Amino acid sequence: MSGAISPALAQAAGAATAPLDVSLRINGTEHRLSLDPRTTLLDALREHLHLTGSKKGCGLGQCGACTVLMDGMRVKACLSLAALAQGREIKTIEGLAQGDELHPLQASFIERDAFQCGYCTSGQIMAGVACISEGHAGSPQEIREWMSGNLCRCGAYDHIVAAIQDAAAVSSSKQEG
Amino acid sequence: MTAALIGKSVSRVDGRLKVTGAATYAAEFEVPNLAHAAVVRSIVANGRIASIDTAEAERAPGVIAVVTHRSAPRLAYQPHKGLPDAAVGERLHVLQDDRVTHQGQPIALVVAETPEQAVYAAEVVRVTYRNEAAATDVESVDPVLPTGKPAEWETRRGEPDSAFEQAEFRVDQTYVIPRENHNPIEMFATIASWQGGSLTLWDKTQWVHNVAEEIAAVFGIAAENVRVISPFVGGAFGSALRCWPHVTLAALGARVAGRPVKLVLSRREMYYGVGYRPHTVQRAALGASRDGQLQAIRHEGHQETSTYEEFTEALLSATRFLHSCPNVHTRHRIAPMNVHTPTYMRAPGEASGIYALESAMDELAVALSMDPVELRLRNEPDKDEFKDLPFSSRSTRECYRAAAERFGWAQRNAAPRSMRDGRSLIGWGMASATYPMNYAPASAMARLLPDGTAEVMSAASDMGPGTWTSMTQVAADTLGLPIERVKFTLGDTRLPRAPIHGGSMTMASVGSAVQAACRKVREDALARASANNIEEAMKRLGQAIEATADVAPGDETKRFSMHAFGAVFVEVAVDPDLGETRVRRIVGAYGAGRVVNPKIARSQCIGGMIGGIGMALMEHSVVNPRNGRVTNANLAEYAVPVHADAPPVMDVIFVDEHDPHVNPLGVKGLGEIALVGVAPAIANAIFHATGKRVRELPITPDKLL
Repeated sequence: MSGAISPALAQAAGAATAPLDVSLRINGTEHRLSLDPRTTLLDALREHLHLTGSKKGCGLGQCGACTVLMDGMRVKACLSLAALAQGREIKTIEGLAQGDELHPLQASFIERDAFQCGYCTSGQIMAGVACISEGHAGSPQEIREWMSGNLCRCGAYDHIVAAIQDAAAVSSSKQEG
Repeated sequence: MTAALIGKSVSRVDGRLKVTGAATYAAEFEVPNLAHAAVVRSIVANGRIASIDTAEAERAPGVIAVVTHRSAPRLAYQPHKGLPDAAVGERLHVLQDDRVTHQGQPIALVVAETPEQAVYAAEVVRVTYRNEAAATDVESVDPVLPTGKPAEWETRRGEPDSAFEQAEFRVDQTYVIPRENHNPIEMFATIASWQGGSLTLWDKTQWVHNVAEEIAAVFGIAAENVRVISPFVGGAFGSALRCWPHVTLAALGARVAGRPVKLVLSRREMYYGVGYRPHTVQRAALGASRDGQLQAIRHEGHQETSTYEEFTEALLSATRFLHSCPNVHTRHRIAPMNVHTPTYMRAPGEASGIYALESAMDELAVALSMDPVELRLRNEPDKDEFKDLPFSSRSTRECYRAAAERFGWAQRNAAPRSMRDGRSLIGWGMASATYPMNYAPASAMARLLPDGTAEVMSAASDMGPGTWTSMTQVAADTLGLPIERVKFTLGDTRLPRAPIHGGSMTMASVGSAVQAACRKVREDALARASANNIEEAMKRLGQAIEATADVAPGDETKRFSMHAFGAVFVEVAVDPDLGETRVRRIVGAYGAGRVVNPKIARSQCIGGMIGGIGMALMEHSVVNPRNGRVTNANLAEYAVPVHADAPPVMDVIFVDEHDPHVNPLGVKGLGEIALVGVAPAIANAIFHATGKRVRELPITPDKLL
């Protein structure tokens, strides 16, 4: 009842949990952490590294707010154990802009007003970046299908799709140019 | 002078923070020496705790404290009723005795070094109960009138019973809305830190001052000693209007542990730890003459509430004035059960009541063989017939006309099952919408600085509608400064008091206060510097100058009935073999007074439409009637609209409306009305598509097969 960890899982993990040394490469920087082995990648980011841009909306892989890129693929950080992310290249929302220059998708999110409360936004943007690089942003309908793992309770979907289309156009014109 | 900013589609001033992950929500503040808490909750709906064994939990690694009703400090729980609290009853007291009144009630709190350790230890607290019979099935509880003046809960004008009996055309049906949960994507979180007798709370809330006052009353300390900080709220939709028991638990944990404590509710806990839109049963009976004149409306409804508080909402308010009718009866009742107290959810009352009323209107139109828009136009009142007051403004006709035209309603073939696209059955439906204009006392402060910038502040909230941005616009517009030079701040009890961030009242109330404070400081600066131009005045003054303003409504509520009105038109496609409904188009037209930022206002409206799609087709907190447990307390099994459910065409129209009576800014609020009318418009469209009238939400495929 109290959390995302089931009693059976907690029991199996046992109460005595020796800390584990974990090295995580996040946004190009190596971080050495001593973690409870049960720590998820999301909690490592949020609770240990204060990279709170990745959001926790369910802890069960159901809402997509925690979406990050792992070796370029979108993954749900709440379902990934931190210890298993060792050796992978992790990119979070904090690593998307180049200094002051926003990623085109970040810029189009502002321009299209593709959010309200902003809480699902990091996950939408990280998933959107992957959606474009995967080649799944060819039409609004395709974007809707491939973005459906990211819930937005404020209901900004129409504007998110428009923002992804805009950024996809920028990315394809760059490739052509 | 700068160009007018009120009415301009500027991008959100907090947009950069939100797209870079830098906006800080309640759980994300860095507080040194932080411990983490987890809650143990009851697994019975009624009874007493027979035993509670905390030995294993206390021995678990990292555990700092395990608090139960046996060990918890006695809390003051002084009387306090904030606006979002139930008017009758007493709030849940946590860890004060062995009594359990509902599933998921907090019965112990664990504080540990890490979240993992706290969650683990909470799982090994062993509890036994002495079960008692529980009322957990809303169908089997007899509804009663709420406590208080019966006139508040039952209204009558004319002779509704005889008028209904005599009416040539009648519909009389029962409509059911199940329990729904707000499910904002941000989970509820509180960080509590004591400094001696003073407390700082970083909290997810729609009203910082109410949290301070409630927690002060619970702990028996002065409200000035509680500071509440809440700059960003990751969605709430009403769920964060009240100060819920977990805020007390966080503060209690921090006191017992002697350290700052963070408590984040899990998604599952959010189905027990905060309120919900109550299960609602309504009977709506309409009688009309052959030419479609309404002759009688009888509308009654009842809703679940807890055993310890009487939750009520404005379920039947709109029925009394939305359509013209000489004979009207409304009766609102409650069904007290072993559940936790429901609360306000986006467009509380109106969303539910208008679902029944506007579904019944559609059924009446069918009975009369009359176009549903025409039926409404024939019953358009020229005043509020319940209050016997003129409307300050009412743009329903313009909304019907504008939305119908944009939608292409004239092409509709009225016969059910008459329109198809390939295999799909196509249905077109519509409904009316209304929500009251709320304007409450508010304060703001404006400070002009010699460098030509301004700071403006009020303890308001922004759960998504764009308070940060719209207030900056109002301030810059009033001061005559470019928007980049104005910094607005909100979400802290140290700022001037704002009203609750709900009931669509923030723009009207805080906006009017911001405007008044900015006007005052500008006039003061110009006068003191003998300047005509604000930038020149600020330079000449050479020092900061500030002004605070308080605004409050006058007697306009005695002179006018004040509401926003709207119309929603929907196209659905129903798969005749699978029973699946897809919403293909929604057009909404709103007469909501002045629109401060059309770009952000559109976001609010399409968001309300998506919420309405959820209400109509998906949302249902399934309560096991045997024990009151929610069987789908997660976002995989509680279905909400996803990207693929969003209609390809969403159209929002703001009809031109100038209302000089409502408040200084002339705004009526948009957040709630955007959801009202969507569910009945979809239900009506589904009837048009299929010929099947489903009177129980959500309209899932099984109900159409």
